[in-house]
Amino acid sequence: MMIELLTPIHLIFFLFAFIAIGSALAVITVRNPVHSVLSLVITFFAMAGIWMMLRAEFLSLILLLVYVGAVMTLFLFVVMMLNIDTEGKHTGFVKYLPAGIIIILLLMGFTIAAVGPHYFGLAQMPVPEAFAADYSNTHQLASFLYTDYAYPFEIAGVLLLAAMIAAITLAHRGPVRRKVQKVSAQIAVRPEDRVRLIKMPSEPKSKGA
Amino acid sequence: MPSLTEFLIIAALLFGLGTAGIILNRKNIIVLLMSIELILLAVNTNFIAFSYFLGNMTGQLFVFFVLTVAASEAAIGLAILVVYYRKRGSIDVQQLDTLKG
Repeated sequence: MMIELLTPIHLIFFLFAFIAIGSALAVITVRNPVHSVLSLVITFFAMAGIWMMLRAEFLSLILLLVYVGAVMTLFLFVVMMLNIDTEGKHTGFVKYLPAGIIIILLLMGFTIAAVGPHYFGLAQMPVPEAFAADYSNTHQLASFLYTDYAYPFEIAGVLLLAAMIAAITLAHRGPVRRKVQKVSAQIAVRPEDRVRLIKMPSEPKSKGA
Repeated sequence: MPSLTEFLIIAALLFGLGTAGIILNRKNIIVLLMSIELILLAVNTNFIAFSYFLGNMTGQLFVFFVLTVAASEAAIGLAILVVYYRKRGSIDVQQLDTLKG
């Protein structure tokens, strides 16, 4: 067991795992939200490395490109746009800390006990044999995505469209009303809009005039 | 190669930390959203680990869809956050009492 723990791939795994857990801890404990976002980025990077070890190359790169590149940038934008007081104390952090730690330890303890080596060790779940040299994870994923899962895939696209419309509708402020002349409306005006001709009988001249 | 247990333990730790973030954080909603991202990351890691060790591609497909939904959730959540901040000038979790729930 000890010999097995010292293989290079194990060392890489533990490196990524420690980085991921440490920065995840930083996400929830640091005061400054900007630091929190940056810690989450580090967590994503480390987990992308672990996903790469699990031969999920496409998803690993998607995690980096879409999550770190787009979603976390969005978080960073919002954090920097809002004026949050970073100096404020963690209100209630200490108050909820004991109960929180107990719940978390119970949750982690039970989960770890449930996934112990008794059920999911290398004896029960052997490592699959190495893939062929021309194995392409992306090709494999796409061959499922565009055949059996084409319908869910399109629904996912519609969902993204709906999310985009919702986000724009929510955050859009609308044009600010200013008093400017609308040149197009001025040019497009016709005489009928401005002058009204009324037919009426002519009146006789009064004597005095 | 690490066994499936070790991958699942990492995912469990991340899940626990994400839950801890939701319980402990009383200051701003952004950290709350980030805790949800942590939890989703842990779940996705579970899916990918099982997908690898069982030799089944469906797990990775599920991760694909979870990432899609999580991205839209983050976008809408942050949009709601911005609207709320414009209205109230604060995103303190303790002051989220407009609905009197």
